[in-house]
Amino acid sequence: MAEALLKVFRGNKDGGQSVEFKVPVAPGMVVLDALHYIQGHLAPDLAVRWNCKAGKCGSCSAEVNGRPRLTCKTRMDSLPQNEPITVIPLKTFPVIKDLVTDVSWNYKVNKKIPPFTPKPGASWKFYQDDVDRVQEFRKCIECFLCQNVCHVLRDHDKYDQFGGPRFFVRVAGLDMHPMDGVSRTKLLKNDLGIGLCNITKCCTEVCPEDIHITDNAIIPLKERVVDEFYDPVLWIVREIRGARET
Amino acid sequence: MSDRFETHEHDVLVVGAGGAGLRAAIEALGQGASVGVVSKSLLGKAHTVMAEGGIAAAMANVDSADGWKPHFRDTMRGGKMLNNWRMAQLHAQEAPERVKELEQWGALFDRTEDGRILQRAFGGHTFRRLCHVGDRTGLEMIRTLQDRGVHMGFDVYMECTIVRLLTDGERCAGALAYWRETGRFVVFKAKSVVMATGGIGKAWPITSNSWEYTGDGMALAYEAGAELMDMEFVQFHPTGMVWPPGVQGILVTEAVRGEGGILRNKNGERFMERYDPKRMELSTRDVVARSIYTEVKEGRGTEHGGAYLDISHKPAEYVKKKLPSMYHQFKELADVDITKGAMEVGPTLHYMMGGIRVEAETAQSSLPGLFAAGEAAAGLHGANRLGGNSLSDLLVFGRRAGLAAAQHAKETPAPNLDEGQITSGESEALSAFQRQGGENPYAVHRDLQKVMQNLVGIFRIREDMEKALVELAKLKERAAHTSIEGSRMFNPGWHMSIELKSMLTVSEAVTRSALMREESRGAHSRIDFPELSPEWGTKNSIIWRDGSAMGLRQDKLAEMPAELKQVLAEDK
Ligand SMILES: Cc1cc2nc3c(=O)[nH]c(=O)nc-3n(C[C@H](O)[C@H](O)[C@H](O)COP(=O)(O)OP(=O)(O)OC[C@H]3O[C@@H](n4cnc5c(N)ncnc54)[C@H](O)[C@@H]3O)c2cc1C
Ligand code: SF4
Ligand code: SF4
Ligand code: FES
Repeated sequence: MAEALLKVFRGNKDGGQSVEFKVPVAPGMVVLDALHYIQGHLAPDLAVRWNCKAGKCGSCSAEVNGRPRLTCKTRMDSLPQNEPITVIPLKTFPVIKDLVTDVSWNYKVNKKIPPFTPKPGASWKFYQDDVDRVQEFRKCIECFLCQNVCHVLRDHDKYDQFGGPRFFVRVAGLDMHPMDGVSRTKLLKNDLGIGLCNITKCCTEVCPEDIHITDNAIIPLKERVVDEFYDPVLWIVREIRGARET
Repeated sequence: MSDRFETHEHDVLVVGAGGAGLRAAIEALGQGASVGVVSKSLLGKAHTVMAEGGIAAAMANVDSADGWKPHFRDTMRGGKMLNNWRMAQLHAQEAPERVKELEQWGALFDRTEDGRILQRAFGGHTFRRLCHVGDRTGLEMIRTLQDRGVHMGFDVYMECTIVRLLTDGERCAGALAYWRETGRFVVFKAKSVVMATGGIGKAWPITSNSWEYTGDGMALAYEAGAELMDMEFVQFHPTGMVWPPGVQGILVTEAVRGEGGILRNKNGERFMERYDPKRMELSTRDVVARSIYTEVKEGRGTEHGGAYLDISHKPAEYVKKKLPSMYHQFKELADVDITKGAMEVGPTLHYMMGGIRVEAETAQSSLPGLFAAGEAAAGLHGANRLGGNSLSDLLVFGRRAGLAAAQHAKETPAPNLDEGQITSGESEALSAFQRQGGENPYAVHRDLQKVMQNLVGIFRIREDMEKALVELAKLKERAAHTSIEGSRMFNPGWHMSIELKSMLTVSEAVTRSALMREESRGAHSRIDFPELSPEWGTKNSIIWRDGSAMGLRQDKLAEMPAELKQVLAEDK
């Protein structure tokens, strides 16, 4: 049977190193299978999060060969053969142990977002056309891969001023709900700092649910903010787009 | 206050943050109780998030003839009449209200042409009854509940594992837990405890269940003195993935068949014609699982030992719209495009019908102050659960458990905690650290899975199960001698050493109950007793802790009132 060499980060908040493990490869195997093999046979104390093993729960995020991925959906045969596979924890969040990071900040941000609040007198009659658009945002499995790649968090550590793409998606899912009756525009501007996003689209590229985070959530939300406030980035984008489209 | 552990006090402690736990917590909060919710995983990652096909509720949005009576009938028939009829009645009556409520809390279901919640067909349901959101219904449900609970203000203790229930005389008094992150202990003092810990699938190797499903809730309740019921009824879902090996067991939602998917064997025969010509692919899960198993056993299986499930006769766009996650799952994990070709599927361990015995109205267990709801509780589904009836179960009985737990908390004084129980709980949990040179707990787990798969699987026979009991005793011995490396910080090997005990307890309960029931009913199929027995049809199997041994007896089902008998008799 073929073997793969994995280099897995082992350590905690005080630091660590990458440790090599040899793992037998079976057809169709994913990186999470390899991590399970390590746990089951070589290092039972290897800390890894997972639940569904089918891309539905968003627990198993890590950086595989430098790319943020769900390890349960990353096939071993999609990675370069005969080269070691490196697996390290998400960089944007503090390491707890090995591949497990402290993502509690995300839950704090979520708590700031006013929950769904029905319009007074909502009739609860609405149509597939009304929900098609917003259902996209509600597919989010909270893998936090988008948070992990967003430079505002990753490189600039603006945890106090910025909510991150995941929560723009969340707000879009609430704000565009046909029965919702509160505005979250001020929150977007002030607490979630949507103005700090300069539409690099890195978040969209990594989303395993294929949510068009930038085009379908962030830009329309920015539009809403601009309608009430001013956003320099969007202004430029509008200028360029406007120029191209007309 | 001790420096060994922190202590938290709540009126109601909910163990489990799946649909049942969250719904219970919301209800208890609404009653003014202070509520703590504990879960092994992060919030939003419980099993409920994976539910795909939908939630069963007789809203009659699509088929106007539906109502609680047909839903009740289908549930009872699917459960081979072993269900707690009162639970089945409450469930059928209350599910539509619970779904509407969920919608008003923000859940966005797929819509009918006239703007109402859309419902789809599912196995064993006479009418189109499953409210759904494509094939990610559970995700919508858990986010909605989670958000509501968080904003109502429950305290969440995530990545925190309960290892023992604490008792004060004859009542439940709280629980002992550890933080996964640090390995430090936490004591919860509570007037009421709700067990919403889900199932036991991890005792089998081929399962749709996650690492969390080690039967903790049932095992802890059993240890604390509560009774378990109908533990022999373990559901094998007919359609799990069979290839490639790494994905074996991952669920292929029944919605594929609900949307028109067809099962064939390697000769291209639509074999369900031979097993259930009336309902075909949409027969109940026990029947379809046995049919596939039999096809494979008799040499008509696919290349990788399964059956073909084909939906490619439907327009590709329709398949992608209604079954998006199945489309991606097969494309990415198995290199199969389900809009063009067939999937290979076979039975996978999926759901536990048995569990903690509860009263229908209040979800209270036989231990005062301990309640149970969702997959951890027994009764509603009898000998076989219908698809979609779990999500509705979570809402109906989660709510009832939360309500009764809050009520109980109002009526009872704060319990006293027994330091001795805490100390012994701690030292038992830590025992694998004290030993050296023992086995890796994962090795014991693998062998346990082999025993359950080979000896207590879809088809059962006395000799196998007797052998299983001998093997389980040996495994218990081995589990008591495992040792682990590393520290107490986020150490899965250590966690496994503790969870092994729960898995061994529930495995033994399943095996003993299965051995006792000398008939075939629903999900329980005995090769040596292939027929339904009218005699056994009147009995529940009860398991309880009898000192250090496992007590086993049969209790008579309560007599069904005349009006429900009438409902069953009115066929359509
Ligand atoms: C892939 C899949 C698809 C499904 N599809 C459907 C469907 O379409 N329709 C349907 O009706 N049903 C479906 N089911 C079944 C249904 O999803 C589950 O039965 C249901 O979600 C169980 O909910 P629960 O609230 O009882 O438990 P769960 O959602 O599993 O939650 C259990 C909770 O208990 C916690 N817990 C467990 N042990 C401990 C402990 N020792 N200490 C602390 N916390 C603990 C866990 O962390 C978790 O939070 C599906 C199941 C699977 C696996
Ligand atoms: S588009 Fe905005 S939110 Fe997304 S990664 Fe770039 S800066 Fe961050
Ligand atoms: S938006 Fe996409 S990438 Fe971001 S958390 Fe959700 S699923 Fe993950
Ligand atoms: S384990 Fe659930 S997304 Fe990977």
